[in-house]
Amino acid sequence: MQRIGKILSSAWTALFADPVRAFGVVSLVLLIALAIAPAKEHFGEWHRYQRQYLKLIRNRGDAVSLQRRFQAGIHQIWLPNLGVVDRCTTCHLGLNEAGLGDVHQQPFSKHPAIPHSLDGFGCVICHGGQGAATTVSEAHSSERAGEEPILPARYIESGCGQCHQDQLPGTPQLNLGRSMLRRYGCVHCHAITLPDGNRVVATDHPPSLSHIADKTTREWIFSWLKDPQAYSASTTMPDFKLSDADASDISAYLVSTSTPLPGDTAALDVKPAITADPSSGPSLYGESFCSSCHAVQNAAGNLVGGNLGPELTRIGNKAKPEWLSAWLRNPRTYDATTPMPHYRFTSQQIAILSGYLQSKSDPDYGANVHLDPGTAVQIAHGRKLIVELGCAACHEINGVQKPENFAPELSSIGSKPLAQILFLPGMEHTLSIYIAAKVRQPRAFGTNVKMPQFTVTTAQIDALTTALLALTSRSQSMPDDLRIAETRETNYQPAGHPGKLMTELACLSCHRINGMGGDMAPDLSWEGSAVQQQWLVGFLKNPNTLRPALIRRMPRFNLSDNDNKELTDYILAVYQSPSIDPDFTLPAMNAAETVEHGRQLFYSKYACQACHIVDTKTDKGYIGPTLTQVGSRLTAAWVYAWLRNPQALRPGTIEPNQNLSDDDARALTAFLMSLKGPGGRGAKQ
Amino acid sequence: MTRYFSSCMTFRPFGWVTLLALTSLTGCQRSAPPVSGLKPTATGTAIVETSGGHQIGVTGTALNDPLVVQVNDDQGTAVTGALVEFHGPAGVNFDPAVVLTDSSGQATTSVTLGSIAERYQLSAVTLSKSRSITLEIVETALGYQQRLGSILADKYCNRCHDPESSPERVSNYDNLAVKPHVFTEGDTLNKMSDADLTSIIVHGGPALDRSALMPPYGNTLSAADVRALIAYMRAVADPPYQPAGTVYALK
Repeated sequence: MQRIGKILSSAWTALFADPVRAFGVVSLVLLIALAIAPAKEHFGEWHRYQRQYLKLIRNRGDAVSLQRRFQAGIHQIWLPNLGVVDRCTTCHLGLNEAGLGDVHQQPFSKHPAIPHSLDGFGCVICHGGQGAATTVSEAHSSERAGEEPILPARYIESGCGQCHQDQLPGTPQLNLGRSMLRRYGCVHCHAITLPDGNRVVATDHPPSLSHIADKTTREWIFSWLKDPQAYSASTTMPDFKLSDADASDISAYLVSTSTPLPGDTAALDVKPAITADPSSGPSLYGESFCSSCHAVQNAAGNLVGGNLGPELTRIGNKAKPEWLSAWLRNPRTYDATTPMPHYRFTSQQIAILSGYLQSKSDPDYGANVHLDPGTAVQIAHGRKLIVELGCAACHEINGVQKPENFAPELSSIGSKPLAQILFLPGMEHTLSIYIAAKVRQPRAFGTNVKMPQFTVTTAQIDALTTALLALTSRSQSMPDDLRIAETRETNYQPAGHPGKLMTELACLSCHRINGMGGDMAPDLSWEGSAVQQQWLVGFLKNPNTLRPALIRRMPRFNLSDNDNKELTDYILAVYQSPSIDPDFTLPAMNAAETVEHGRQLFYSKYACQACHIVDTKTDKGYIGPTLTQVGSRLTAAWVYAWLRNPQALRPGTIEPNQNLSDDDARALTAFLMSLKGPGGRGAKQ
Repeated sequence: MTRYFSSCMTFRPFGWVTLLALTSLTGCQRSAPPVSGLKPTATGTAIVETSGGHQIGVTGTALNDPLVVQVNDDQGTAVTGALVEFHGPAGVNFDPAVVLTDSSGQATTSVTLGSIAERYQLSAVTLSKSRSITLEIVETALGYQQRLGSILADKYCNRCHDPESSPERVSNYDNLAVKPHVFTEGDTLNKMSDADLTSIIVHGGPALDRSALMPPYGNTLSAADVRALIAYMRAVADPPYQPAGTVYALK
């Protein structure tokens, strides 16, 4: 200590004893202090990148113009209305330089082509990070309170979703994630309010459990609760990881509170001998196009069929025979809102189909499950579990109310502050990683987490994470003119008695009408302008194939002649397009010549045979509908209007608008309307 | 504490030098590739691609299918327990990056491409007794524009331009009298300028005196859609498309 004191005092005398020298020393210190700021500036990180950039462009062919556009110093995109202050372009100097397409060295590469100008939106709106920062680490990976690190590239589509609530063609991952939020029932528990104030509504159809005992056994409910995917690989029902006792108690409660429905136990009055032919079941299943909506696992373990209805691989293990028959007779008795049509099967058909479906069972499934009748204590515990787990958020359950706001609201989950998140040990502190991990395995965040385990692939987790990250507080404060609203379903319902008929046939499960309904089959909003009455009657009686390449087809509903006529008249009268002239006629003069001219246009000028078949001997086009009898199917007015502009009648149709002249369109219409088919064949058989 | 510190100081030059050397050494260790802890139990003499090459993915996301390579010995039989390291340019991620071949001699990894839309040259390296053997693998990452193009191609073009059929989508390729070009056919498509491709898409085949079986899409697709389609075709062309442009006098 003493030594240090000595050294210090001797240094003091050496420097400041003489006033002149002291003045010199102080001036020197001041000079150095003044030099610190410029030196810091000179050795600043961004400065280094700007020097590197200049070195990079120096030897290029377009160096002169690149250098002319280069400006030294801090660059900034300032957009007060969006709250953007982005200095990223200080280092990312080549973003707008079209000539730097071959440069892959960051931070100088060109920004990939996107539909927006970078100067109009800045960087952080899509990429996240700290726009105002001027060092790499602060801009890219800050985890400080209120700040966010940059978004990984795999979730970049979430940026689009902040303004675009509609479906963009270029953001499949975001679209998938959004549809999953609805289809997997996330929004039954988690409320999501979009920036325009609309709630996201679920599109799944969780069945009511009020009459569950009519449908299935307690043993099946137990096995199902233990592992839903073991019964149906494609189900969206999550796994609650229940213990045997808990699953048993829940099944006891459900069965004990289930009320019987009168229609469900009606026995069929059919002699069993009729069902002797073993091929009648599969062929009726095929003819009824059950597979358009229902999937079945094939021998290789792949699902074959649609996903509108539940998978039927092991339906025999689940459904009670009498319930299945009643369901096939009229599904609306059991579930008034089911998307399944009322097929109007005969009793004999019901017996055949029901027997066939019963045979779809796995003898090993639930083989070891034997449950004793539930005691009052077990039933009460079952109810407690149902309330705790929020089963009633999705399913209607007797004696349990649907809980409100059961799980945290997710309307601005994309801006959740990192300080509010409990990360797992060893987890990188970013929001995207947290959300993905929570979706992947919710119970990893603690045994008391109620959220169940969903069966989702990595791509689906990425999609869900993208959709959730789009729900930012920034998206709520976007200026109105930048916000693009989603196209919402209308609440269209066909009216009157024909409307009731259409509801029974569940037309809107597959067809879209006036902005409401499914997308499996053509939009019928203007079907009345398009088709001829006689054809429609025949088609509803026995739907034949219009598009050979399709595997999902319109089923036959066994309509009575009266119902058929009522439906046809309704469609023709109500679903009329205002843009189609009902009085359209083709000039009768030189009819044969016009038809021949149309034929030449069809085959030579427009080469329609690439996609359509007119003559089954020569044409092979396999994309559009077969036109061999289009003259007895469609109206001339529709054909003409369609040829002029297909997208105007059915937005999104892939037939290109060929911008036909009026003469060509009329000649082609005349040719097509002359195609009445061999002997006016309307229906097969 | 003070004693410990002063004792360190008394070493003076030696202490500092040791400290410096230690820091630089640990620094060196950090920049070396991560040590996997895997010990090869065998070595092969050849490495071949089994599957997962030439995939078309999306920037920043994992490829659909895993990358699988196989290590063989002199006789061409698979070698179990050989060490395979996967390498790629910055931004590419392998999970895992170092693998021991399994009982069928195969090493499998999941590849996540970087955030730049381009063709990625990846390599799988295995050590034989004396030298390392490298297998080059190419994967393509599509950016926003190219992927929009691929989605549009799927909707409007591939029914005819792609001969592959599936039960869900039957190809129309075989039904056409004049066969369309598959979009990966770089030999033909690379010779066509963007302007030519644009006019064929917009005005149809007859615009360039080709088959009318190719209809015009100019009134159906927007100009941006057409640009996206062309960007997609350029991205997937095989052999790769080299844009004609400024020739840079490098060096």
